[in-house]
Amino acid sequence: MMDLGPADWQAIYLTLKLCFFTTVILLIIATPLAWWLSSGRSRWRVAVQAIVALPLVLPPTVLGFYLLMALGPRGFVGSSLESMGFNHLAFSFEGILFASVLYSMPFAVQPLLEAFNNLGRRPIEVSASLGAGVIDRFFSVTLPLCKGGFIVAATLSFAHTVGEFGVILMLGGSIPGETKVLSVLIYDHAEAMNYQAAHQLSLMLLVFSFLVLFVVYSMSRRFYTVKL
Amino acid sequence: MSNETLRIKVRVPRGDFTLDVDTQWPLTGVTALFGRSGCGKTTLLRIIAGLEKVNAGRVSFAGADWQTAEMFLPIEKRRVGLVFQEASLLPHLSVTGNLLYGFKRTPEVLRRLQPDAVINMLGLENLLDRRVEQLSGGQAQRVALGRALLSSPQLLLLDEPLAALDTQTKREIMPFLSRLSRDSNVPIVLITHSPEEVQRLADRVVFMRDGVIDDICDLQQAMSRPDSPLFADEGPASVLTGPLSEADAQGVRRFGVEQAQLFVQTTSIAVSSDSPVTVTRLRVLARDVSVALDDPSRISIRNHLRVVIREIHELPDNRLLLSTTLADGQCLLIEITRWSAQQLNLQTGQEVWALIKSVALVQ
Repeated sequence: MMDLGPADWQAIYLTLKLCFFTTVILLIIATPLAWWLSSGRSRWRVAVQAIVALPLVLPPTVLGFYLLMALGPRGFVGSSLESMGFNHLAFSFEGILFASVLYSMPFAVQPLLEAFNNLGRRPIEVSASLGAGVIDRFFSVTLPLCKGGFIVAATLSFAHTVGEFGVILMLGGSIPGETKVLSVLIYDHAEAMNYQAAHQLSLMLLVFSFLVLFVVYSMSRRFYTVKL
Repeated sequence: MSNETLRIKVRVPRGDFTLDVDTQWPLTGVTALFGRSGCGKTTLLRIIAGLEKVNAGRVSFAGADWQTAEMFLPIEKRRVGLVFQEASLLPHLSVTGNLLYGFKRTPEVLRRLQPDAVINMLGLENLLDRRVEQLSGGQAQRVALGRALLSSPQLLLLDEPLAALDTQTKREIMPFLSRLSRDSNVPIVLITHSPEEVQRLADRVVFMRDGVIDDICDLQQAMSRPDSPLFADEGPASVLTGPLSEADAQGVRRFGVEQAQLFVQTTSIAVSSDSPVTVTRLRVLARDVSVALDDPSRISIRNHLRVVIREIHELPDNRLLLSTTLADGQCLLIEITRWSAQQLNLQTGQEVWALIKSVALVQ
C-alpha cells in the first residue's frame, strides 16, 4: 500500500525540514525565556506566560490570519522587509517557519519551565559560588540536570509542528516544496477525492504521533504538558 | 583597619520586616551570626555572597568593593565558599566530581589547598568513588565542606551547616568544622541559632534580632554577660582557651597555663592524633562548678582552681551566678544557690577555690 509519489516525498522532506528548524530555534529561544519565567520576579512574568500559552487556545486560523496581515507585503513586518530589499514572508518557507515557532512555543517553554522549577536555584547558586560563570553553569549543571525537560521540549515541539495545519494554510497556502507540508497535502488529497493517498499519509502521521507520545510518556511519568 | 574587615551596609525592606545593617568585622577566625529564625541572618549571608542583589547596598571585603551603588561583583568572581543546611551536592556528579568542581575552576595561582590535604582533613578517603545519593547526611555535608574549601575561597559562608543533621552526626562533624577553621586559615561566617555551635566554633559573635544587629563582640565577652542569649539552651557556661598537652598513660591531658591548670580525660576520638592540638577550647557549665573556701584534698574532683570573685549576679529561683577570674585572667562562671553563698559568706573580691566537676573539650 505504501507507494508514495514524488509530491508525497517532497512534502515529507519539507515537513521534516520545517520541524527540525522549528525545534532548533525554539530550544534557543525557549531556554532563556523559560529560565526567566522560572527565576524572575518581574511583574511582566504572568503576562508573558499568558502570551506564550495563547496558541493553545486560539484557533490556528486566528494566529494565521494576523501573521498573514503582519508578514504579508502590506503588513508591518512584510513591508519593512521589502523596503530593505528582502521578500515579504507570506507564502514562503521562512514565513511558516516563523509561524511554527510561535505556534509550538508553549510546547517548548512549558516542559523547560517545569524542569527549571524542579531544579530550583540551589544547584546554580552552588556552581556559581564555586566559580562557574553563566555559560559554564548552563552546560555543567542546568543541561545535565534538566536533560529530561529538554528532550521532552524538543520532542513535543517537533511533533506539534508536524501536526500544524490551520496556521500554515492561512499564511503559507499550498506551494509545493515551499509551504505544502504533510498536513496540507493530506487536505489537498482529500479535496481531490484521492482517499488512498490521503489515507497513506494520515496513517503515517497517526503512527508517528503515537510513537512520540509513547516516548514522552515513558520518559517522564509526570507528563509535563498536563500543567499547561 | 578597614583593609582586613568585611563591611556591609544594607537596608532591605521586606514587607513588615526590614533588614537594616551597617557594620564591619575583622576577617579572622569564625564569626557567628546568631539569632532566631527569621531575624535576617540568611538574607545577610546571601547579600555577602552575592546571591541577593539589593538596591543601595554596599559590601566590601578586605578593602575590595563587592557591591556599591555603581557595581555588583557576581558571586562567581567573589570566591566565597558556600555550605548550606542541605549538602546540595550536584547529583549528576560523583563525590570526586563534586569535590573538584570548584578546584578545576580556580586558577592555579589562586589554589591554596590541594585535594589530598582537604580529603585528609575531612576524612573523605573512603567516599571518593561513591555516588552522591549513597552518602549519609553527615558524609554529604563533609563533601560539601570539602568542595567549598577546594575552590580556595577568600571567605567561607556556612548557613546552618549542622541544623539538618541528627545529634550523633553533628557530634561527628563538629570536630571537622573546628579543625577546618583552625587549619584552613580561611575566615568563616557561620550562621547558627545553636548556642552550642557558637560556643564550640565561634571566635566572634554577631547577635541579630528582627533585622538589626544588637551587638558584635568576641566570644569571651559574649559569654561574660549573665543574660547572654548563648545561655538559652544549657544555662550559663564558660569557654576557656589554652594549650593542651599530650595524653599520659591514663589518657589524661593537662590544659591551660601552670597557674590555672585543668586535667582533661580524653579519648582518642576527641582529639585527632594526626594534627597535634596546640591551642584548644574547653567548655565548663556554670552549674558543674562548686565553690570551696579552702583547697580540699580528699575529694574525687581533680580540677581545683584558685579564682577571684568579680561580680555576683542574681538568677531566678534563688540562684546566684558568680563571675570569677582565673589566675590567667580568663573568666569562669559559677552557679550556686543563694543559700550556699550565704553559708560561705561569699563577697566580691574574695579568693575562693572553684571545683570543676566536668569539662568538655570542644575543639
